[in-house]
Amino acid sequence: MLVREIRDILEAEIVTGETGLDYEVKSACGSDMMSDVLAFVKDQSVLITGLINPQVVRTAEMMDMRCIVFVRGKKPDASVVSLAAEGGIVLLCTDYRMFVACGLLYSHGLQGGALKK
Amino acid sequence: MIENDKKDEMRFHYDVPGDDFTHAGEASGNVKKVLKQLGFSPDVIRRTTISMYEGEINMVIHAGGGEAKAIITPEKIDIFLIDNGPGIPDVNLAMQEGYSTAPDKIRALGFGAGMGLPNMKKYTDDLEIETVVGKGTTVHMTVKVD
Repeated sequence: MLVREIRDILEAEIVTGETGLDYEVKSACGSDMMSDVLAFVKDQSVLITGLINPQVVRTAEMMDMRCIVFVRGKKPDASVVSLAAEGGIVLLCTDYRMFVACGLLYSHGLQGGALKK
Repeated sequence: MIENDKKDEMRFHYDVPGDDFTHAGEASGNVKKVLKQLGFSPDVIRRTTISMYEGEINMVIHAGGGEAKAIITPEKIDIFLIDNGPGIPDVNLAMQEGYSTAPDKIRALGFGAGMGLPNMKKYTDDLEIETVVGKGTTVHMTVKVD
């Protein structure tokens, strides 16, 4: 799936990273707990979250993720946006809540990634 | 930030501020960029930076900041995290997944799930913790390059 398809499916607004809309992504992770993202994510390239602090971007950067989707209509501030822009990470905002956003993407073929122990 | 540059060895030093959570992770992010530039494998880069990031976050949450050092050689990467915080009273307990003493305001930021030290152990080849209650903690992690 391309990042632009995520934008379309979730009727999302692009906050930064227009040039990354053609990134291909295969799996995603939905979490508001960054510690768990660091512990359990292996090869997921999209992070779906309701948190909007800079550590979300840093966590995504550590995990080589390409795109962050902020759910529940949350909007990150300028410091978060510039951090993402610097790291080449696409930021999207959607009004959908976490469960529905994840469900929509999953039903369109985006996977959850392999289970990791 | 480069302290010196011996043959096949690079040393980096960072101050980790304790009063501003928004900057936590800058040192790890910098080390990640350096490792990428040096051409280390994605696995080595990932294991090193996740472990260092967790350590940095811990220093900010629990110890009011500290200092981070990275020593990079072709064979291994050593990370040192040194703080003058309250120390860890029971290291075995702190190593258990899910155990955390982080306050609610930190949990609200997405940390404090009790995965920091377990993650650091999981992703590194060697983890040593020296801690004295009331004095501080030094964490030494090694990631070997295959």
